[in-house]
Amino acid sequence: MPKVRIPTPLRKLTDGEAQLTVEGDDLRTVIDNLQARHPGLGERLLDDDGQLRRFVNVFVRDEDVRFQQGLDTEVGETDTVSIVPAVAGG
Amino acid sequence: MTTPLTVPSPSKHPAGPPEHPADAPHHTGPADHHLGVNVLGLRCRECAEPEPLGASHVCSFCFGPLEVVYDEELQQRRVSRHRIRSGPHSLWRYGDLLPVLSDDDRTRVDLGTGFTPLRPAPRLAERLGLNELWLKDDTRNPSGSFKDRVVTIALSAARALGIETIACASTGNLANSVSAHAAATGTTAYVFIPDDLEQGKIVGSAIYGANVVAVHGSYDDVNRLASEVADVEGWGFVNVNLRAFYAEGSKSIGYEIAEQLGWRFPDHVVGPLASGSMFSKIHKAFGELRRFGLVDGALPRMSGTQATGCSPIAEAFERQSFDVRPQKADTIARSLAIGNPADGYYALKVADETGGIIGHVPDDEVVAGIKLLAETEGLFAETAGGVTVANLMRFAEAGLLDRDERTVAIISGSGYKTIEAVAPTTGPTFSVAPSLDDLQRALGR
Repeated sequence: MPKVRIPTPLRKLTDGEAQLTVEGDDLRTVIDNLQARHPGLGERLLDDDGQLRRFVNVFVRDEDVRFQQGLDTEVGETDTVSIVPAVAGG
Repeated sequence: MTTPLTVPSPSKHPAGPPEHPADAPHHTGPADHHLGVNVLGLRCRECAEPEPLGASHVCSFCFGPLEVVYDEELQQRRVSRHRIRSGPHSLWRYGDLLPVLSDDDRTRVDLGTGFTPLRPAPRLAERLGLNELWLKDDTRNPSGSFKDRVVTIALSAARALGIETIACASTGNLANSVSAHAAATGTTAYVFIPDDLEQGKIVGSAIYGANVVAVHGSYDDVNRLASEVADVEGWGFVNVNLRAFYAEGSKSIGYEIAEQLGWRFPDHVVGPLASGSMFSKIHKAFGELRRFGLVDGALPRMSGTQATGCSPIAEAFERQSFDVRPQKADTIARSLAIGNPADGYYALKVADETGGIIGHVPDDEVVAGIKLLAETEGLFAETAGGVTVANLMRFAEAGLLDRDERTVAIISGSGYKTIEAVAPTTGPTFSVAPSLDDLQRALGR
């Protein structure tokens, strides 16, 4: 199953777990399953329209999903999903 | 401009010299310019939920970015033109308006950053068809860019919070600044940069003895890695988990512009956009000056500049949208090469609210902009300065500048950091033997 890396600010919703394995063959399904297992997690990532919040970056196979198919990005059995909050410029 | 570190007077620090050099005050201001804690906590910029003060940058409620909450009653009592004028010749003269997390002055770092010249630029103004143009010359900061402002504030916050290792993700200028400040305070530093940056940016970090981590990837890749490292290592990443404090440092540009214009606002401010943070904080500073009664009048319109090869904010502006679509950066303006700008949305809001514009120019115009600025005003800027000047030229050609507007251009970094941009087309005018005859021949005499 795909692995999902949980950033520190969200770990209070995952009982401190830094990494979860979640079923799903695309990002939308993975997030739905995250929300089902840890209520509130999906709401942190998606806005009221069900789109990724603008200050949340999600990477699948080390590539920003906005350069892939967004929430429809395919997620393979061995893939890692990283959730990374936006940071200031450098 | 750089102010040397000063040794504290015994009367100011009666406990005697600190035991460790890293504990030494880096405070250069007058002895009576004490700054006390003026921060109440953090707050989400999106949903306004409060968060406790700490090295934290994301709202635990909605995942939005955090900002500093000031004790505004305290600020109202303290802030005055007189107190600012009697403060140090550095950004700490505005310390009551910047985050101060400790009553202990020794936590504050001051390498002489800020209060950089605001120079009239009549020759460039003439080329642009403007009556009045000023250059905010931030090449004159200790490590050669405006990043010294944000690092001063972030490192001071880190010291107040007891953080011993600082770090950053950088397009170069920030790495230079973090490295320099870490050296001066005896702090361990890790700076993460793309491995193909300009030589001046790489050497300009490593020279200070910082741990330079060259990452095989773009700035956006570096950024992501830094976010994940911040989670694991517990370091104080100035632009990640210290971001709320860091970003406030840019406000000092706005305070200075107004003070240097005789406590007046300009009509128009034009500056470079990378993440969009500096741009929106300058606007915030103007609003604060008005709110605290230091300056009257309409807030300036704010215009932003990008390079075409990395123009996600300008592209959204063209679409008249606040939805910034990330881009893969490909431009010589490496310091602005942030394809996924965290504060792009806020920058667009500022431009929209103030009647500003956001433009972009191709790389050949960036080079021409660097040269035009150097040849008209004697100021050698890095690529970001070229981006701003070249965009100003385009704004002028498109009739988007008002001749009578008092305009300020932000020149954020020194050209000696990005020699590669202009070296291929810049060199000696004459090449001669050490002989008067040879020289006169070359001069056509």
